Amino acid sequence: MTATAGLLVVLGAAVGAPARYLTDRWLQSTHGTGFPWGTFTVNVVASFVLGLVAGGSPPAVAVLVGTGFCGALSTWSTLGYETVRLAEQGAWSSAVFNVVASVLAGLGAAGLGMAL
Amino acid sequence: MLRSQAAITGAVAAGGALGALARWALESAWPAPPGGFPATTFAINVGGCLLMGVLVVLVTEARESHPMLRPFLGVGVLGGFTTFSSYAVEAQQLVDGAHLAVAALYLALTVVAALVAVVLGLTVTRRAVGLRRPVVRP
Repeated sequence: MTATAGLLVVLGAAVGAPARYLTDRWLQSTHGTGFPWGTFTVNVVASFVLGLVAGGSPPAVAVLVGTGFCGALSTWSTLGYETVRLAEQGAWSSAVFNVVASVLAGLGAAGLGMAL
Repeated sequence: MLRSQAAITGAVAAGGALGALARWALESAWPAPPGGFPATTFAINVGGCLLMGVLVVLVTEARESHPMLRPFLGVGVLGGFTTFSSYAVEAQQLVDGAHLAVAALYLALTVVAALVAVVLGLTVTRRAVGLRRPVVRP
């Protein structure tokens, strides 16, 4: 199971991480406002999908979709960096909004996924 | 242009797979106790934020570096290593289990520690490479 599970993590993440990158690129090019909507979007979507698979999925699905795909689609490091960058640029209200909205929307999305 | 875009996407995928594997190994070794504080995810996210601060200075502010380095290490490895979805679902599970104080602590402490870690990584690395203030690049 362990080697198979590791392979499933790799497969899920090899889709999730580029999906995050491409979503971010696409949103920045179509709705480029300086606000990091790309990271916000992938984090909320990943929280919803992980909520869906969190309760009672077969272990292989949980590892592939949950640990691999959702884990790599979502990110704290970029959320943290983009928030600090907004603050360094003096956009304090955007920085606070970014982190507060991400946490609230992520929680709500996770709860919704778990309830379905 | 299109070819370099494909190469960057590939670097992100490879880095993301490595980061996720490391996260999975840590979460498997130290799973979150039911109803308890998810310390492993917390450490992963805060550690990833610290490394992100260090990395950004080293690959974008201190000097021009290989164009694949930030996509591979930052977007890929650290993006795949840290996870927002586990943070949200773990907090929601704590709320559902009526562990409200632990949930609130986990939610707030992660935000504070992650942001402090980014600032610490940026500040210490900027000082180490002799930069006095942030380099503003688009």
